[in-house]
This record gives sequence, C-alpha cells and structure tokens, in this order.
Amino acid sequence: MDDSATQTTETAGAEKKGWWQRLTGGLKRSSSALSAISDLVTMRRLDDAVLDEIDDALIRADLGLDTSHRIVAALSEARHKAAISPDEVKAVVAAEVEKALAPVAQPLVIDATKRPFIILVAGVNGSGKTTTIGKLAAKLRAEGRSVMLAAGDTFRAAAIEQLKIWSERSGAAFIAHKAGADAAGLVFDAVTAARQRGSDVLLIDTAGRLQNRAELMDELQKIVRVIKKIDAQAPHAVLLVLDATVGQNALSQVEIFKKAVGVTGLVMTKLDGTARGGILVALAAKFAVPVHFIGVGESIDDLSPFSARDFARAIAGLES
Amino acid sequence: MFDNLSERLNGILDRLTRRGALSEADVEAALREVRRALLEADVALDVARAFTEQVKQRAVGVDVIRSVTPGQMVVKIVHDQLVETLGASAEPIDLNAPAPVVIMMVGLQGSGKTTTTAKIAKRLTDQQKRKVLMASLDTRRPAAMEQLAVLGRQVGVETLPIVAGQTPVQIATRAQTAARLGGYDVVLLDTAGRLTLDDELMREAADVRRAAAPHEVLLVADALTGQDAVNLARAFNERLDLTGIVLTRIDGDGRGGAALSMRAVTGKPIKLIGTGEKLDAIEDFYPQRIADRILGMGDIVSLVEKAAATIDAEKAARVAEKMRKGAFDLADLREQLAQMQHMGGMTGLMAMLPGIAKIKNQLAERNLDEKVLKRQMAIIDSMTPAERRHPDILKASRKRRIAAGSGTRPEDINRLLKMHRTMADVMKAMGRTSGGAKRGPMAGLANMLGFGGSMPSPEQMAELAKKMPDGLPPGLPGAPAPPPKMPGASTLPPNFPGLPGLGPKFPSGLPGLGKKK
Repeated sequence: MDDSATQTTETAGAEKKGWWQRLTGGLKRSSSALSAISDLVTMRRLDDAVLDEIDDALIRADLGLDTSHRIVAALSEARHKAAISPDEVKAVVAAEVEKALAPVAQPLVIDATKRPFIILVAGVNGSGKTTTIGKLAAKLRAEGRSVMLAAGDTFRAAAIEQLKIWSERSGAAFIAHKAGADAAGLVFDAVTAARQRGSDVLLIDTAGRLQNRAELMDELQKIVRVIKKIDAQAPHAVLLVLDATVGQNALSQVEIFKKAVGVTGLVMTKLDGTARGGILVALAAKFAVPVHFIGVGESIDDLSPFSARDFARAIAGLES
Repeated sequence: MFDNLSERLNGILDRLTRRGALSEADVEAALREVRRALLEADVALDVARAFTEQVKQRAVGVDVIRSVTPGQMVVKIVHDQLVETLGASAEPIDLNAPAPVVIMMVGLQGSGKTTTTAKIAKRLTDQQKRKVLMASLDTRRPAAMEQLAVLGRQVGVETLPIVAGQTPVQIATRAQTAARLGGYDVVLLDTAGRLTLDDELMREAADVRRAAAPHEVLLVADALTGQDAVNLARAFNERLDLTGIVLTRIDGDGRGGAALSMRAVTGKPIKLIGTGEKLDAIEDFYPQRIADRILGMGDIVSLVEKAAATIDAEKAARVAEKMRKGAFDLADLREQLAQMQHMGGMTGLMAMLPGIAKIKNQLAERNLDEKVLKRQMAIIDSMTPAERRHPDILKASRKRRIAAGSGTRPEDINRLLKMHRTMADVMKAMGRTSGGAKRGPMAGLANMLGFGGSMPSPEQMAELAKKMPDGLPPGLPGAPAPPPKMPGASTLPPNFPGLPGLGPKFPSGLPGLGKKK
C-alpha cells in the first residue's frame, strides 16, 4: 500500500519463506490422511503427548477449545495403563464424543394428528436450506405423506425456481408468490392452502439470513407470528440448517435463531466434503438441541438420520 | 466481523500496554491468550501455532527488553505479524491482459459464488467502465443459471444466453467467443459449487481452467468457515492454481479466522470481501486495515472512502458552509441522517470506528436498530418548512401534531431537537476554530466526519475505551434515555452526543482520528 509496507515485505522475505515452508509442510502432514487421529501410529500409552495430539485433532475437527479440552480431560481421567494401538485410541475418543452426542441424536417425528404438520426451515445464506427441503420432501413422500413446499425465499434470485424443481422431483405440491414479495404473506397463503388441500406436511423455505442482522431476524419472527395466527401450535418444527464447514460461529447461529424463532432441531449439510462438523459436539453440550439429519451428498436420497455413533467414529477417524 | 477478535486481543494486550517492564513470562502468557483467541476465531490450529511462534521469536528478544514501552512493542509485533500473514498490501483484481480477460470463480457450494460474480461484474462495470459478460457453468444445481441471469438483469450486466445440454467447457468456450465478437472487456465464469472431495467436479473445473486460460482464478470462501478453511483452500489451490481469494459474509458476526488460515496456507492474496446482501456490497481487502481493525485501531481509511463515495460532495459542501456559519437547520440534519442511512446506518458505520466494539454491543443490547434513523427522518418530514428552518417555534401543540404525523411521541421530538441543538452548537464552534489548514469542501467534509489530526495510539484508544465502558453516550440519536444513575456517563467524552454517526463532536473524545497515511 505504501513504501514502508513494501519494505517490510522485502526485508522479511527470506525469513518468511522459511516460515511458509514449515507451515505448509506441517499442514500437509496433518491432513494428508482424512481421519483426524491418523498420525498416532505406534503403540503407546495415553500419556500427555498423546492426549495433546488428540486435543489438536479435535480442535482441527471444529469441536472448539473448550469441548476438546473437556473430552481430553475425560480421557485422561480414565487413563489407560497399558499400551494401546492407534485404533484403540480412536475408539476411546469416539466413545467419548458419542457420549456427548447421544442425547441429541433424535429423529424428526411427524405428529400425524397435526395436519398440516408445519416445518419452518431457517439458516444463514448458503447453508443448504432449499436443497435440504427438497431431500426432506422426497423422504416424506416416500413414506407416503402428502407434502407441500412453500417458497418463502423471495429474496435470492431464482430460489423459487430452485424449490419448484425440487417439488417436481419429489412429487410435492408447490406454492409461491413472485420474487420480492412479502415472505410472511406467502406463508399465510401457504398455510391456508395446505389446510384446504389437507396436506400432511407443509415445508416452508426461508431466505438465508445472517443471525446478526436484527431486521432480518425480525422478518423471520413475523413469519412465525403469521403462522400462529392460523394455527397457534404451529410451526410444529423449526429446523436450523448448518453447513458442516462452519466453525465456532455456529454457536452464535444456534443461540440467536433459537432465541428468535425457537429452533427445535438441527440439520447439518455438506458432510461429504473434508469438513467434519465437530461443532455439533460443542452445540450438543451448550444447547442440547436435537440433531435430526445430516446431508451427505447431492442427490435426492442423500439425507440421513443423524447417528451419534457413526458421527463420533467419523470424527475420530474410524471406519463406521 | 473482526470485532470479537479485536476485543480479545485488546483485553490481552491492554494488560501489557499498561505495564512498564515486560518479562518473558509476560510474553508467554499473552501469547497463550493470543493463540486461544485465534483458535476461537477459527484460525486453523497450525496457522495459529506458527503465528504465535513467530510473534514470540520476535517479542522475546533484545528489542523488547530495551524498548521503553515493551507492551507497545508487543502490540506492534502482533500487528506486523498479522499484516504479514494477511499479505502486506492490497491486491485488486488484475485486468492487465488482452481482452476479453477471463475471470473464473470457484468455491464450495453455498459459499456465495453466484452473488459474488454479479457483484464483481457490477463493480467492474460501474467503477472501471468495463464491458462485462457473465456466464454460468453450473449445470448441476437446479436454477443456478437462471439465478445468474436474474442477477445480471438486476445489475445491468449481460449474461450468456443459456443453451441446454452443453458441458461447462463448451459453455466457457462459447462465452469467450461471444465476448470476442461482442467486444467485451471481461468474461466472468461462474462454475458449479463443489465439495473438496468431489474429484469429478474438481476435474471438470480443471478442464475449464485449461480450456479458458483465465487470467484470474478466484476462490470464493465463506468468512464463517471453521478449521476446514485450510483443507479447502489447499485443495482448490493445488488443483486449480488460484490467483486470489474472495471472502464472503464478512458482515456476519463470525470472527473471520478463515482469512488468516487461507492466506497462510495458499500464499494467495485475499482480493475482495463481500460485506452484505446488496449487490454493491463488495470491497477491496486491505490487509493493513484489517490488521488495524483486529487490534481495535479502527478502519478509518475504509470509512473515509465509503463516506467519500456515498456522500454527495456538493451537498456536503453546502452543509459544511452552513455549519461554519452556524446555520445548520433541521433540513440539513435530515440530509445527514439520510446519508448515514446510505452509508450502512449506525452499525455499519460504527463497525469501522476504532475502539467502538463495546459501544456497538451496547447498541445491540439496547435494540438500537436502523429504524431510529428512519423515525428521526419521519419526524423531520412531518414538520413544515418553516419549522425545519426555525426549530425554536416548536411549542407543545406543534410537537403533538408532529408526533401524530410521524407516529412518535413528543419526547422523541424533544430528543431530536436536543441532538440537533448540540450538533449545531458544536458545528458553529468548529466553524470558528477549525480555520488553519484547508477550507475546501473536502476539508468541510473531513470536519463533519470528525477527522483531522494524527492517528491515535493504542494507549489513547484504550483510554477512550475506558471512558465509555458503562453506558451509551447520553445523546446518541434515538437511544433510549439513559437510566438516571449511570456511573460512567459523566466521564464520557462530553461531545459524543452530536454523533448522529458522523460525530462532529467525536474528535474531542478521540484525539484526532488521523487522515492516516
């Protein structure tokens, strides 16, 4: 930007290169294998060095400092005297993570006495709300339920078209207003229409919003108020969709969305990449919000029920 | 977004700043906290380690022990290291190639590629007067191509007509041909979102890269990304040899450690940041500034630039002139409020001011949202021209009428009037004393914004932060009246109330927000 800045770079050049090489070298090592705890190759006791490595691996999986430390502390209490193999270490870690996740691994229960069962889907931009709705619709249709999709994302260009295509793929009914219309108005119409048609489930898409945008959160609350006008018990489920690559910001997302619209369950998407979604462990400890599904692929069937055991084993780097 | 990180580092380094001598143990303790803060900010573990190690090597040494203010030295070292890690200088998009210059956008699903593509297209069109063509190569996600076409219409940029059934490489080639024939300067290729593990999609992107030979390959990445940032940045860089990174969702409340991680692991510059949902919400990335901001030194340069771009220079000159004469009336105040709203409102503006994180949190707590500005403008709009020029004539009955007209209460009107009076007074005073340097419209603008003098030192910033820990400055526009007993209120910078964001009074509390470099 200015002279002094350029100079700094030049003089620091040689030194910097050394650092880059060390850094990138180290990074390569740590992630060349996809599993988190793969560098533990020798038979060892769970001594402090190993515990530190486990701590690092958990931090790298986005569990966050506190959660990682807590898990490691739990491991060190139950210290294993004898030397154990890397797989055993992983199994111990997986068991500890599973313990944290087991209480929140709950399926999404559709109460058939509530018709339509109204599910509101929210989340930050790009977390995968629309795609999740498409997959969920397909799942519910396969269970023989009648489903209606409401295109509540009237903001993002072509979001309505995207949901419409999903409705066609899954054989669900579809309701939309034009782009830019008031989302709450559309939701009112959607709830009314779903009642008239006698749909079993109404899935409402919403525009992505960052949780620190007060005015957008107000808009979401308005949608909930409008739903309650027609059915005071609705929405029967409010799903927050989280991207697996998200880091510690997920804590803020859950906290604020929960406060604003009473999130009843989480869905984690894009777990088929390199991200491990360890933040779910921290979320489970802090908020105890149920986790219903994980998204593991791009096709219509790639929405799986959340299994604490499988997830924990994946974080620990074990084949499930 | 970087507020949290700067708060953390401020908290840690405050202690050092205030101490005279600095031992190796002090540095160790501070750096443990720095490392913790970095990890909580989602900086990748290895990057955080390398970072603190480097700082330690620099800090625990002769220059620190010998220096007069060791705490200051550590602040500087952390700062320098941040700048170095983020990249020493801003690197904008490079268009220095034979037209049509091809820019390829890549990234994970949902990172904001398509929106960013449109934002860049708009920016190149509006600011650099380039003729831009956009083409979507996303043949997978339902309606992705339509999304780009819709955005193209919104920003007034041409998109390549959609031809069903073509492969991404075919579309890219067609886009280049169309651009050549149509005399376009720039072609933006928006590729399909992919997962880092998806070999097929990566290969597809690599094929496009080979066929289109783009001048820039930009990775669009979410600023909220966690530890995976290193994996994705490395994977994309290895397969596609990136030329730069665009960080999106920087307006979220994430701590943005991903910026550090991705820069560190790829060595590629962060070129642009996405700062909001609107299609003009994209800015150059200035490592120096972001590092300053992380350390709570404020992002003054961006603020001035943003102000300069948004504020109508003529209007500003007129207001400045009125200020000088002491004839600043309510109509002028309304103009200022409107301009503030345009600049991103209170929160957007405050985010850029140094040491302001605390106040911002208080604002959030008190639910002071953007509506306040609107409400205040509504009040002024409900007045007659005569009332706007001579607020003194406003008595109880007029106030009741205005309150009814603007949907507010008479108290709100009183508060607005009080704010205006304080502002007018200060402006008058400033008009008299600010003589000296320049008198042009820009000088007036600078005064209005409260700039002039030199950069505040971190100590001064800390001093300021100390001054306002407990409450909102009493006169902040539209803020609920402070509770009667507010311990910190009396020590607040006396003039802060004037700041309808642009605080003409701010300077008194803040010894000169410098014109900075």
